[in-house]
This record gives sequence, C-alpha cells and structure tokens, in this order.
Amino acid sequence: MSDALSRLLATRPWLMADGATGTNLFNMGLASGDAPEMWNADQPDKIRTLYRLAVDAGSDIFLTNSFGGNASRLKLHNAQSRVHELNRLAAALGREVADAAGRPVVVAGSIGPTGDIFAPMGTLTHDLAVEMFHEQAEGLKAGGADVLWVETISAPEEFKAAAEAALLAGMPWCGTMSFDTAGRTMMGVTSAQLAALVEKLPNPPIAFGANCGVGASDLMRTLLGFVAAGTERPIIAKGNAGIPKYHEGHIHYDGTPELMAEYAVLARDAGARIIGGCCGTMPEHLKAMRAALETRPPGPRPTVEDIAAHLGGYSSASDGTGDDEGPTRERRGRRRG
Amino acid sequence: MADDDIILADLSDDELVLQMHDDLYDGLKEEIEEGVGILLARGWTPYHVLTKALVAGMTIVGADFRDGILFVPEVLLAANAMKGGMAILKPLLIATGAPRMGKMVIGTVKGDIHDIGKNLVAMMMEGAGFEVVDLGINNAVEKYLEALEREGADILGMSALLTTTMPYMKVVIDSLKEKGLRENYIVLVGGAPLNEEFGRAIGADAYCRDAAVAVETAKSFIARKHNALSA
Repeated sequence: MSDALSRLLATRPWLMADGATGTNLFNMGLASGDAPEMWNADQPDKIRTLYRLAVDAGSDIFLTNSFGGNASRLKLHNAQSRVHELNRLAAALGREVADAAGRPVVVAGSIGPTGDIFAPMGTLTHDLAVEMFHEQAEGLKAGGADVLWVETISAPEEFKAAAEAALLAGMPWCGTMSFDTAGRTMMGVTSAQLAALVEKLPNPPIAFGANCGVGASDLMRTLLGFVAAGTERPIIAKGNAGIPKYHEGHIHYDGTPELMAEYAVLARDAGARIIGGCCGTMPEHLKAMRAALETRPPGPRPTVEDIAAHLGGYSSASDGTGDDEGPTRERRGRRRG
Repeated sequence: MADDDIILADLSDDELVLQMHDDLYDGLKEEIEEGVGILLARGWTPYHVLTKALVAGMTIVGADFRDGILFVPEVLLAANAMKGGMAILKPLLIATGAPRMGKMVIGTVKGDIHDIGKNLVAMMMEGAGFEVVDLGINNAVEKYLEALEREGADILGMSALLTTTMPYMKVVIDSLKEKGLRENYIVLVGGAPLNEEFGRAIGADAYCRDAAVAVETAKSFIARKHNALSA
C-alpha cells in the first residue's frame, strides 16, 4: 500500500474527488476548439488555479488537465509530438499544488479515451491503444502523478489497453466508464460487466466506477449495479451536475449545489468511497458536497425509487442488469454465434 | 453449426430476403454480397435489392439500436455488411437512374473537437445507403456552406458535444436563411448536450438523439421531399 490514494482510502470512509475541468477552463477564457492541454505549457498559472479551486473546495483528489493528452487526440491539434511534455507538465503543476495544500491531496493523472473506434470497423488496435496510453502514462509519471485516472471510457477493449499501459508504466490506477446509453456505455457495457471486467485484469485498479453519463440519477443506478455485482473494490462516483438545459440563449447544467450535495450523500450511502462531480460541477457544488458528506450521518443504502425521489427520474426504464435485462428480439438467428 | 450450411442460392426470393435481413443483423458482409449478387442474377432491379433487402434489413437494426437491444459494435458490423452490398449496387444504381437515397454533408461545429458520435452517424447513414461527405471537426459556417453547394447535398448534419459550441449551430442555420438557402436543405442536429427543444429553438428541421434516429429522420424527410416534388 505504497501509493498515496491507497493510504488515504485506508484512513477515511470516503474521499472527495474534483468536479469539471472543461467547464472551469472555459470560464477562465479557454476558447472552444483549442486543446485544454496546451495550457499546461502556455498558461500554467491558470492550470494551477484550476487545481487550487478543487483543493480549496475540499477535494482530496484532483484530476490533471490531460484528458485529451493522448497522441490520437493531440493529433487533431497537430501536437502529437508533445504527448510526454504536456502530460508531464499537467502532473508537475498538480504536484506543486498538492504539495502546498497542507493536507494529503492525491494528484490523479487523467487519461481519456482515444476517440478512435477499434478494428475491424475502426482503425484502433490493442497494441496501438496500449502504446498511446503508455506514452501518456510515462509523461504523467514523470511529472509526479500519484495514480493514473482512466475515465469516460466506453469500450472494454480500451479499458483493458489502459490497464496494460498502467502496468507497463508501473503505476497504480483507477478507471471509470461513462454509462450514457440506456444505462450502458455507448459500446453496450453494463455496470455488472465492468465490475466483472476489472477483477479479470492482471493489475486491477485501486478503485473503479462511473463518470459523466446522463445526470445524477442514472449514475446512482449504475452505482447500485456495481454494489449488486458484489465488488469489494472501492467504487468511484463522478456524476455531471445535472443535465444541460437551453434557456434564453444560454446553456447551463441544471444541477444546483443542493442537488449535488444530495447526490454526494446518496452516493456514499449507496457504497461509493470516492465521490466527485464531472461536467458542470463547479467549486460551489464541491463545497456543498463536502459539507454534506461531513455533516450528514450515513444512512441506509438508497433504492432506485429513493434515488428518483431525491434526484429525479432515469433516462431509460432498464439499465440491462439484474432480473430485468431489457428488451430482446426473437429472430431466426441461424448464423451468429 | 449445421445451420451454417444455408445455401443462399437455394432459397426462394422471399426466404433469401429474410435471410439477408438476418445476415445484416449479424454483420455478415460476404453473405450480404453473395445475396445481392443472387438477387441481381434473378433479374431484380438494383433499386429493389437496395430497398427490399438492404434498407429494410438495416431498418430492423436501427430499431433495435433505438430500443437498446443492439449497441454500437453490432450496429457498426451491420453497417459494414451493408456497405459491402452497396459497393456492388452503387454503379448499377447510377447506371439505371434509380432514385438516390440522398446526400449528407456532416461535421462537428466550429470550436468543437469531439467526433465519435458524428463518426457513428456518418457510418450509419452510409450503411443506410446515403452518400456522406464528412467535413471532420471544428467547421466554420463557410466550410459548411461551401460543401453543401459543391456536393449538391440534400441534408446538413451538425454535431456538438459542448454546451459552449452548441449555439454555433444557430449561426450556420441563420447564415443559410440570410442567403435564402435554408429551404434547400434538411438540417439535422445532434450531440450529447442537445435536446428537441434546442433543435426547435435554433430552427433545425430535427434533433436526432442517436445515429439510428438520424437515419430514420433523414429517410422520412427525404421521402417527404420526394412526395412534394412529384405532387
């Protein structure tokens, strides 16, 4: 248990992660269309501020500004040759802020999806994905990240490739998928399937879970799916601050700090050990979440009905787990399989 | 599996078409190519092969994607099988002057670098028999207008993943209006943070929740356009 995250987990019932990266950076003047990772080199003070916002709001863990820092994503900005540099800087700035926090704060090196689709339909292969993630992981490691934090993944192949990259880099890691399609990931993975997948890896993550997706209710239902799968591993919940709404020419996430505080407590009571936000989650949300987690006593595990009553309804009737496996098609099916 | 021994050439037309629907569902490209060849050899017009065997089969795939029975990996395999059939049919469709399914110009809007959802829509539209011109990410209004004109497109598809870039769709639609071109195109919009209300507010023809809905919506709008032209 030599890593900072495992040490913190051993001493605390829950840890709070951070909120949005993109939403905060846009507020600081990032022009949409630009790669946020460039700011690690060009605007280091703003990235320090981003990290400090999370730390000051009470986060025990924050993610580095490196979500799109793999060669495939950076290539869109003709910066594929800067993978190591931009990731190293993302982590080094984080290290600085964490070490000055005056309490243990974990620097989690964010690794997002490549955005590519696996062969045969797409161009991505296992070896290529491992190579890209490994390159990014080495940069984050060199900058001083405590753990790698693989997030918003939808394909099981990509999740496995990231795990292998963590092994090659000799880094502990965490991994979350985004369950945004009828309770599953875009590629059809259910919460139960992810819970089973992580245990089959040669180097399982310290913690695993869900991030982003469709609002807090759906994410909570996914958590219950992990718990029902019987996992002993710490579970991560990083949900969006509600759902974006278009209102008189402006777009904003409809999740209030009060709602996110409610979500944080429900996530803890459902069994999550690491609780944070994702898109739309600002410092004021984090502060409300931290205060609620510290002051409200643990309660019984919420049911899907409790969750809907507190946070609103679900985006789909089923999430493909348990007795209700969702609709199927009766068909001739003489060839498949 | 003994059932694998289906001899497509031994099936009646009706059975073969049903089998092709199944084979599309299962993403079996070679079988689809063989089926297309058999129907053509039996004197089917290319247009009938396209609509009765391929498009009808992909409609089932699309419905099951919409209903959460199939997911992206299966749908991509089906689209790939469909593309195999289309490659055979395309020159024949042109040569016989068959009605076109339609042409779409698609791209992620200016300021937005997300493209996986847009890529899925492009693949499924191609799978459904549409011609697709993919402009990639970060497209300014001029780029859309120029491509629509150059390609003689029927449909404009715009995608955005960020709340900060969604409003740019309105900029593009407003430019079309200013130039008096809005009525020439079916404008479909999509992306995770969008919804129907937003689509209406910016003056798009429709918001499409996912790639399957995009295909169905495109088909119904094109059908309406054809009806209006022949009326």
